[in-house]
This record gives sequence, C-alpha cells and structure tokens, in this order.
Amino acid sequence: MSFLRRAPLGGILLLSVMAVLMVGPILTVVVWAFAEKWRYPNLLPTVWGLKYWYVMLGRDTVINPIVTSIALTTVATSLAALICWPAAYAFARLRFPGRQVFLFSFVAAQAVPKFALFVSIAVVFLRLDLIGTFWGVVFVQMLSAMLVMIWIPAAAFRGIPPALEEAGFDLGASRLRVFLLITLPQAMPALAASYVLAYVGILFEVDSALLIGAPQITTMPLVLLSSASQVIVQEAAVLCVMIWVPCFAVLLLTRRFMSSKGIAQGFGA
Amino acid sequence: MLNVTQLTKIFGQTKAVSDATFEVGLGELICLLGPSGCGKSTLLRMIAGLTPADGGQIAIDGQDMTARQANRRPTAMVFQSHALWNHMSVAQNVSFGLRVQGLPKAVIADKVAAALTLVGLDGFAKRRPTELSGGQAQRVALARCLVVEPKVLLMDEPFSALDAHLRANLREELKSLQRRLQLTTIFVTHDQEEAMELADRIVVMHAGVIEQIGPPGELYLNPQTLTVARFIGQMNEATVTLCGGRADWLGQPVSIAAPDGLVTLLCRPEDMHPGSAGIPGRIARVIDLGPMLRVSVATAEGATLTWLCSRDVNPQPGAAIRLRATRLLAFHDGRRIGGRRIGTAQPLMELRQMESVTP
Repeated sequence: MSFLRRAPLGGILLLSVMAVLMVGPILTVVVWAFAEKWRYPNLLPTVWGLKYWYVMLGRDTVINPIVTSIALTTVATSLAALICWPAAYAFARLRFPGRQVFLFSFVAAQAVPKFALFVSIAVVFLRLDLIGTFWGVVFVQMLSAMLVMIWIPAAAFRGIPPALEEAGFDLGASRLRVFLLITLPQAMPALAASYVLAYVGILFEVDSALLIGAPQITTMPLVLLSSASQVIVQEAAVLCVMIWVPCFAVLLLTRRFMSSKGIAQGFGA
Repeated sequence: MLNVTQLTKIFGQTKAVSDATFEVGLGELICLLGPSGCGKSTLLRMIAGLTPADGGQIAIDGQDMTARQANRRPTAMVFQSHALWNHMSVAQNVSFGLRVQGLPKAVIADKVAAALTLVGLDGFAKRRPTELSGGQAQRVALARCLVVEPKVLLMDEPFSALDAHLRANLREELKSLQRRLQLTTIFVTHDQEEAMELADRIVVMHAGVIEQIGPPGELYLNPQTLTVARFIGQMNEATVTLCGGRADWLGQPVSIAAPDGLVTLLCRPEDMHPGSAGIPGRIARVIDLGPMLRVSVATAEGATLTWLCSRDVNPQPGAAIRLRATRLLAFHDGRRIGGRRIGTAQPLMELRQMESVTP
C-alpha cells in the first residue's frame, strides 16, 4: 500500500467519499437481495437467505424477460457494431460531401426526446407489422446505440496516425488486411468502450420496449418498473442484481480483449 | 534502376511537385533536400505509391510502377514518426511484411532475427515499441523495411525527431549498412549537413521544382541557381548593377561577361581573405566555432561580410581589416551566369578576368 503513504490526505478523503457514494447504494441493494428479514434499527439483516431468489427465479414473468433482454441487447448491440464501426471509420478517414451534416444528425436525433421519436417510429412500424416483434425492438434499440457507436469509434479512428496504416499498406498488405491487423487493434480499447456503453444503455432502455415491444416483448427494465409499485423490497433488489449480471459479463468479456487500462483509455482516461 | 520522369502532383491550385525528373542507380543513395513544404516528401510518397501522381512516370528496373498501389511496389518506407505498431512486439513489427507474403514461420523467424542483428537490436524481439528509445524505434522501423528486401528503400526524414548526437551516429550506421547491402535508397531531409554526409548525389528541391542534381561537393562549389547557393552552406550576398560588363561591389570593380542588369554576387565566407588590398572594414564580432572562427566585418558602406578564418589568425574586434574574395559566383534572375576561382595571392581587381560559365 505504498501509494497510500504517498497520497495526500485530501485525495484519500475524496476517494473514500466517492467510494461510499458509488459503492454504497449498490451494496445496499445487494444486501437487500440476500436479506430475508432486515428491520430498523439493525445495521445488517437478521435473517439471510436465498428465499426471494427462489421466488423470483420460479416466475416465468421474470425468467422470460431476462432471456429476452439479454438476447435483444446482444443482437442489437452487435448489429449496431457491425454497421456503425465501419461507418465510423469512413467518417474518420474519408472526405465525402455532407460528412459533417451526417455526423451531426446523430446528435440531433439524440436531442429530440426519445419518447417522441419512438412514437413516430411506432406509427410506421404499425403499418409494417413490426410492432410487438423481436426485430422491431432490435431495430429501434440499434438506433439509440448509433450515437455512442459512431462518435466514440470515429474519434478513436481519427486518433490513429495515418502513417501507421500507410506503413502496413507499403509493406504489401491489402487495405482490408491493414484494417484488420492494424487499424482495428489500435482502436480496440475505444471500440470495446463504445460496445459496453451501448450494451448497458440498451439493456436499461425502457421506452422502446414499452412502445414497440409491448405486450408481446417484455424486457427486464419493464419488469423492474412494474415491480417498483410492489412493496416487497427484496424482490426488486433481486431483480436489480439479476440485471447487473449481463452487464458484468460484458465488462468481463471486454476485459479479456484488453487490460482495464485499455478500457479506461477508451473512455477517455 | 529507378527512373522518375516528369512526375507532377497538384494540390488544389498549387503544384506541390512539378515535372520532377531524375534517375537513381543501383546501390546509390540519393538525398531529396529542400526546405519544408518544397515537395520532397510528396515526391517520395509518389514513388512509394502512397500519394497518387497527377502526371509523369515512375519505373523500377524498367517496369512501369505509376499505376500500381503501394502494396504492389517493390519499395519500403521508413517514416519520420517511425510508425511502429505498439500493439505488436518488435519481432511482430519486423515480421509483418513477411507474414503478409505468407512465408513459412521458420523462414520468417530466421529473417527477422537476421534483420534485428543487422540494425544492432539482438535480444529486442520480445520488447514492445513503447519500451524503445527514439533511436531504437527508428532502427526497428528500418529492420521492418530491410526484411522484405525492397528494391528501393525510401526514408522520409527518419532521424529528424532525434537529438543531434544520436542523429550523427545513426547516419553513419545507415551509410555503412547501405554501402554493405548495396541498397538503392532515397532519403528525404531538410538538413543540408545530413544530405552532404549521406548522399552520393543530392536532388535539391524548391517550391516543387528540382533546382539541381549533383554530388555534394559539386552542389557546394558550383550551385547553378541562387536558391541552391543560398540553401547549401553560408554565403556573403550582394546585389549589384551590371553596366557594360562592369559592376561595383563595395567599392571594388568587378567585371562579368553578361548582359546589363541586376546581378547577385555570392561569396563563401571561407573564400574571403585578408590582405593589403580589398574591401576595407572593421571587425565587429568574432564567433568561436571550435575548429574555425567566424568573423563579422562591418564595411564602410554599412554592409556586413562574414569571413571564416583559422584560429591562428587571431582577429580582434574593432581592428581595421581589408578583405578580398578569391572566388565569386554571379547570378542573374536566379540562374548562375558566372563564377571563377582566382589564385589566393591575387587581389580582387583581377575578377575582371572572370568568364561566363553558363550564359
């Protein structure tokens, strides 16, 4: 712990406050998820157990949305990546008419309240018979991932010196090979960061599922919303912990591709 | 070996390179020399195929390369920024060109090891580029090019980001390596000292145009244009009016066989000599360069002459002196019109006998 000895007191204090603020609420929820009895003035639950986990996992209305949510989010994020990353590369490297307008339009779409946007999409989807379908929701969720999936990678691609790509091209590699062997690995931390951001954003997204998916497609956040009206704290807590699991899984997966330092770099640290 | 014919590049309204024509022989090292923005890097990039040419031809070994993409040309380039890929190890960087060719692993391993030995980086194979010093990184970049055995090695100011001492060392190493391997090389630099030391021949560029091509000594002694004369080495410069083949340079008559008009006279500081006759002046400043002294002499007309003299002359600031030039170059309209070396014992007046070299 040599860094603690060298760190100024103010820094340690700030770090502690931040840790309490960030970890505190999460910890409370986690404790609630495993508490069978927890009444004031006890600092910790008096009875621990997995009772509410059995309750929740026993309900189809919980399990099905989990599966739906994970499937929806994974498909939507991956599809968005397939479309957006090459587009981001084009925005970063190529000069074409309307480039700025195009790039800006992604922000403009975010400036409009999403709910309004989804209502107008829902009108179109009604005609196309996409309301209440898996792919209808995937399409809408992809739209909301566009901004993160294009702006972050575009900035990352722009940050790669052209000489790095030219050196590969000069040594005999095709353009595609240069992209796969040089550009992509160089941009990987930022790409992973954009993937995580988009994944989490889509996973917790409520509006699109509500407007486009319901009632056939029910996602985790929708279940969470409806359970918020119920009084049983433990059930909501269990749901919360469950919904974190896929997020952590994605984070761990991206960690496999790079160091945590790389991810932090991707987020601009 | 390499033939460049009337190569042209236009960026918008400006001609970055216009009608560049030169040839490079097998095993020859050519320096493209010029101030920044003169088009030398653009010319190099066109030869590499990284910048498409707007006109002209590039041929290597008689084969037309003009339409080929960079990855299909037998050239390899070392970049100013070394452009190493920091997500790969040193060995992976060096082996890239061979892996792309799809050579067997064992062959690649041997060639990479040999290339690293060549640039003096044995035992660096597993390192990351981020763990290398600037000089080491540039050696890896060189090894990465050498390993694919290019017909022409292209170097774009590879040492300009390094400190002077290291730069001099790398220059010497590169020269001996280039001689040993008989590498046909084009080296871009804005540093005339670097060009003089490395090049078999120098191509001097200015504003997109090739001003002169020649061995370093030739460019120094017989610059054909004012731009070359000013860019390479130091010069005392004066503009005089030529009338009937005669002009007056700081009170000294000079005769040049050329049409009347404005003429620029140039004289190297080492071609100035003290004597009983010559331009009168007073020593204003003495700068100790180590092996030589650089002396600024203020003339009665208010001009300043630079004189390079040996240490044992021991000039004192404030002392009166007369300087004569033993060699003058004359330029009209930026082109060389005359110049002649005259015996060191003769006074300046005898420049009257100066002949026209290129009318």
